[in-house]
Formats: sequence, structure tokens, C-alpha cells
Amino acid sequence: MSRPAQPYADPYFAGVGLGLVLLGAFVLVGRGLGASGAFASAASEVATVVAPAQAAKSPYFARYLADGVPPWRDWLVVELLGVAIGGGVSAWLAGRMRRTVERGPRLSGRTRLAFAFAGGGTMGLGAVLARGCTSGQALTGGALLSLGSWVFICAAFAAAYAVAPLLRRLWT
Amino acid sequence: MSAPLPLVGILGERSSLAIALVIGLAFGTALERAGLGSARKLAGQFYLTDFAVLKVMFSAIITAMLGLFWLGRLGVLDLAQVYVPETFLVPQLAGGVIFGAGFVLAGLCPGTSCVAAASGRIDGAMTMLGMFAGVLATGAWFGPIAGFAQRTALGVRRLPDVVHVSYGTTIFAVVAAALGAFYIAERIERRARHEVGT
Repeated sequence: MSRPAQPYADPYFAGVGLGLVLLGAFVLVGRGLGASGAFASAASEVATVVAPAQAAKSPYFARYLADGVPPWRDWLVVELLGVAIGGGVSAWLAGRMRRTVERGPRLSGRTRLAFAFAGGGTMGLGAVLARGCTSGQALTGGALLSLGSWVFICAAFAAAYAVAPLLRRLWT
Repeated sequence: MSAPLPLVGILGERSSLAIALVIGLAFGTALERAGLGSARKLAGQFYLTDFAVLKVMFSAIITAMLGLFWLGRLGVLDLAQVYVPETFLVPQLAGGVIFGAGFVLAGLCPGTSCVAAASGRIDGAMTMLGMFAGVLATGAWFGPIAGFAQRTALGVRRLPDVVHVSYGTTIFAVVAAALGAFYIAERIERRARHEVGT
């Protein structure tokens, strides 16, 4: 924990590496990467356990429950588990494991966590409508030249740049 | 003769999930090595100080895109068997706008929040929790937006079909756009460093 943190890799080098991982997914299993789909799969399962009647009525959860595959055998859930393990091990090996709250200099830890939760919730709604997130739409659909994915990329970046000046206090 | 890849039809559930785990491990490692498990670094993208998000994302997109193109052309990969996300134009535009706003609020996206959480960042864990709550709430009260989410369903629609140019030309244009974006990003970063005085 107290080892000095190594500098990050060159972003272009890491990006090419990530691209090869994505290509590997296409080549091996005929599909790309994902993240929000794993959350959707897990949420469908939780909804079914907590409120079975209401979950069965939701056409959104129905889509994830129809295949009858429990979340621990869902491809994206297992992949995202790998993401967490890979990220954790990589951070540990590079001396970057830190129990901390990353935040702007003017923000309290508690406020930062509230904004993180709100941001996560907002992305949840956005990802449901867009049918994916930065992984499943931007990276995967982007590399496949899907029209909807490029619309998603442009809309997300445009909105982020429009909103960022209003939230300057969060990060500067 | 058909192309030997992808292995979709051959793999059983067990080996498919084993591949999912290995690909996830590599995905998480690449994100962490690039520094994308750090919300402060990601936020730099939106305050024009650090363009790691753009550089990593577009390097990855053009690498995979070129790989797909050449493996397809060489007859190694059957592109028709690779799953392409369907286009729902208006919901994806709206979803993108909402997602982009959430991205700035959280400073992380769903995939990078897992890396942040796994490397000890509590804001990463909170983003994951929020994401889970957001998907759960949207799914539970899906009724009012169900119709909207199905609007402008265009099926599998790819850029070459839309602009009526060849696959190769589209790829060339995307690579050129990415290189242009990298050039601009480097210039803005250099100026930002000068202002800080380092």
C-alpha cells in the first residue's frame, strides 16, 4: 500500500491494447465488450426476488429474464467480474491501490459520494434508453460502425461538454 | 469455404464464460493501466486538461475496426456472425445526452467505475451503486418510456449504408477523424501545461 505509485501507461499504447482485447472478443465469441448490460442483468434478478409480480410486468426486465440464464452465468456479468479483478490486480501491482475518495479540491468526501451516486443513477437511465454505455455502444458499436452507436458517442460527448461548465465546482 | 471465426457455434457455455472472464480481466487491466480507474483523470477530459479518455477510446475503436476489416477481408472472420447493436435513433440520442450528463456528475462511466471501486476508490463503488439503482428504477417504472424506447427502430444500420460509401472508405474517414482529434487534443494539453507553468 505504501509503495510509490507507478506512472500510468501511454494512453495510445493502452488504447491499442484495449482495441486488441475488443477484437479478441469479436473473434472468439462474435460479440464486443459491455458493462451496463451486466447491471441490467443483476437488476432484473434482484427485482424478481424482491418484487416478483412487478418485475414480471416490466417489459424491460422481461427481456433479461426471458433467456432463463441466472446472472452468475450471464456472459456480461462474468466479463464485468473479470474487469473488477483485472483492474484491482493491475492497480495493486502498480502500487496504485488506494482506499480514498477521488474528488475536486473544493468538495467534501460526502458531497462527492452523493454526486457519484447521482451520476451513476443518471447513467443508468441513459444506458437503458441507449441500450448500452461507453463499452457496449461507444467502443463495441463504434468499432462496428453502428449508426446508433456513433449517435450515442456524439450525443454523450456534446452533453458532457455542455454540462461540464455548470459543474466546474465538482472538479476544479 | 466459410471463415473459421468467430467460434460462436462451437463453444459450450462453460468455455464461453471462461472466455468472458479472461476478456474481462484484460479489459480491466487495460483501463487501469491507462489511468481510467481515476475519476479525477477522467474529469480532465471535460475540463480540457487531460484527454486520456478520448485517446484511449479512439485508439481502441480504430484498432478493433481495422482488425475486423482485415480479418474479414482475409477470410479469417465471418463478419456476418459478429453481433452488431441495432439502431434506435431517437432513444439513443436522448440516452446519450442523459448518459453524458451523468458521466460528468460521476466522473466515471459504468466500466471504469468497476475499476475505480476495485482499486479502492469509494466514489467508484458509489457510482456502481447509483448505476445499479438507476437501472433498477428505470426497469421498475419502464411503462411510461417503453413506447419512446422503441421509436425510430432502424434495425442493424451501419455508417457505410447510411452515407452510401464503401466499408473501406468509411474506415479511412474514421481513422482520419481520430488522428485529427488526437492532434487537437495534444495541442490543447500542451497549452494547458504551459498555463500551469510546468
